[in-house]
Amino acid sequence: MIRFLLKGLIRDRSRSLFPVLTVLAGVMLTVVLYCWIQGITEDMIKSSANFETGHVKIMSQAYAAESDQIPNDLAFVGASELLKELNARFPHMIWTPRIKFGGLLDIPDEQGETRAQGPVMGLGVDLFSSQSREHSLLNLNNSVVRGRLPERPGEIVISDDFAGRLKIELGETATLISSTMYGGMAAHNFIVVGTIRFGIVALDRGSMIADISDVQYALDMEDASGEILGFFNDSFYYPGRAVDLTAAFNNRFQKSDDAFSPIMQTLSDQGGLGELLDLMDTFSGIVITIFVVVMSIVLWNAGLIGSMRRYGEIGVRLAIGERKSHLYRSMIAESLMIGCFGSILGTIVGLAISYYLQVKGLDISSMLRNASMMISDVMRARVTPTSLIIGFVPGLIATFLGTAISGIGIYKRQTSHLMKELEV
Amino acid sequence: MKRLMIPLMLMITTVGMAQVPSGEAILEKVDENQIARNRKIIYEMLIHGRRGSRTLKAQSWIEGADRSFTEYLEPPRESGTKMLKLQEQLWTYSPSTDRIIKISGHMLRQSVMGSDLSYEDMMEDRHLLRLYEAEVVGEETFMERPCWVLKLTAKETDVAYHSRDIWVDKERYLALKENRYAKSGKLLKTTEVKSVIKEGDRWVGERVVFKDELKSGDGTEFLIESVTYDIDIPEYIFSKAALRK
Repeated sequence: MIRFLLKGLIRDRSRSLFPVLTVLAGVMLTVVLYCWIQGITEDMIKSSANFETGHVKIMSQAYAAESDQIPNDLAFVGASELLKELNARFPHMIWTPRIKFGGLLDIPDEQGETRAQGPVMGLGVDLFSSQSREHSLLNLNNSVVRGRLPERPGEIVISDDFAGRLKIELGETATLISSTMYGGMAAHNFIVVGTIRFGIVALDRGSMIADISDVQYALDMEDASGEILGFFNDSFYYPGRAVDLTAAFNNRFQKSDDAFSPIMQTLSDQGGLGELLDLMDTFSGIVITIFVVVMSIVLWNAGLIGSMRRYGEIGVRLAIGERKSHLYRSMIAESLMIGCFGSILGTIVGLAISYYLQVKGLDISSMLRNASMMISDVMRARVTPTSLIIGFVPGLIATFLGTAISGIGIYKRQTSHLMKELEV
Repeated sequence: MKRLMIPLMLMITTVGMAQVPSGEAILEKVDENQIARNRKIIYEMLIHGRRGSRTLKAQSWIEGADRSFTEYLEPPRESGTKMLKLQEQLWTYSPSTDRIIKISGHMLRQSVMGSDLSYEDMMEDRHLLRLYEAEVVGEETFMERPCWVLKLTAKETDVAYHSRDIWVDKERYLALKENRYAKSGKLLKTTEVKSVIKEGDRWVGERVVFKDELKSGDGTEFLIESVTYDIDIPEYIFSKAALRK
């Protein structure tokens, strides 16, 4: 039966070509859009986690309440002791302390007075210890544009754009003006040994990276850390495991009556990222639903046209005694074959385009000049195992629905009128 | 009888009006008490932050709104840090970096060393009468002193506080309490004088509590150790060379 139907479809191209092309186009668009959304979402999670939130983040409760203002005066004190305990209790995680800070970076002239100055967002990370994973988390080695990364105390790297804007050369002294943990004025000299570009506009506008011990010294934050970030070992974010970990940590360490006791938050808890990710999921679902509906309408229409063209054939088949239900089923089987074939072709084309967008990406830096989100300035699609099958959902459902709706007409044909209709 | 009533009422009104001086007249006397050609002040700031309290000690030379020089004396980490303000420009020197750094003008409204005072609050002596329209809105007793309550509204837009409510001691013409507001009406800062001293013929708030209402913490106590007015300040004090000395 299937072989018979298949032969019919192959030999009568007018029965299969247009529906296959329609399914192909719809499935291709679904696959590309799905991969595109996956790419953006993954990029956002990765950038946010590595630079901002971790998969989980530990702060003092007071710091967490105002974390968007980077209140280092509310930083957690006793970071080394807590890190030891975290490594012992949760060894399957990577733990790393960080200090974020804002300030002015001032470059002197020959007389030691201000030659150039600009606001800077700073990051103190563990650059020197042997077990540090910061180089890979922040992709530091690949981000160096000029010079090198800090290797000794007192050295910093700054954004390449910032260095260009302020005409800072490698080896120059830069003085950081900021606030100490106790609110006093902090001034500290660093040597600029390299420039970096992360490809994230919010960071490339004006940032500096120094070893955390230098930052602790400059900001009078002895054994203090604004944040301790935790990452799952395989660098993938698992929302469920993060929630369990957070509950276990907060149960053990959080004290409701001590604003400086630590609290852990998951990536989803921070900066509305959870809501954003839910929104992306919903958006992805909406896109696929719209394609199913639109393609069903198109295929319904194609089915109606086909039915009109095959009006005589259906009449003959009914007249020679084929049951209406059998006829209806055979047409649905035909449509599923078309859907399957179109979906395979559409998926292949969609994956090819998505892969191209994954490798090449789309440069949107000109649209992100004032962006503060942790998002890459080159947007890329992401081909995942799900993208292999996602196109079959709209491809098969739409062809099935389209034929099922248009095929209802078969049941409206009256056997008694067939001969008269066929005369015409 | 009617002939007698009218002059009597006029007399009562005139006497009543004479008892309430105009806002401008009060503000003029406040400026008279507060503003001198220059002053040198040695003071402590006890800053009550969320992490605890800390004390800073400094000495400042202030000449009007345009020239001021401050040197921090304590604690050791801040000792030797100096700040020079000339008009809208601010330079700072920190001994640990041996650098003179120019700070942009908008910093003048930022907190000084994490306290509740801004650079403008601390480094400027401005004539209130030149900046604000004044209106007497009531009389109250504050710290057991009878006070005029004045509502000040800025004449220009370029002022740190768009309006202020001030409680002025009726006898000493010292502002004992202030609420300072933004243009939106939001309360930005409050000050309260806790004790006063007399320096020459001027009354000065000896212990004043400043509270930045946009910050958490319990405010900053500003304690004057000594203050001298109309002294001879060497010209080099208001130069960048003084920062490295």
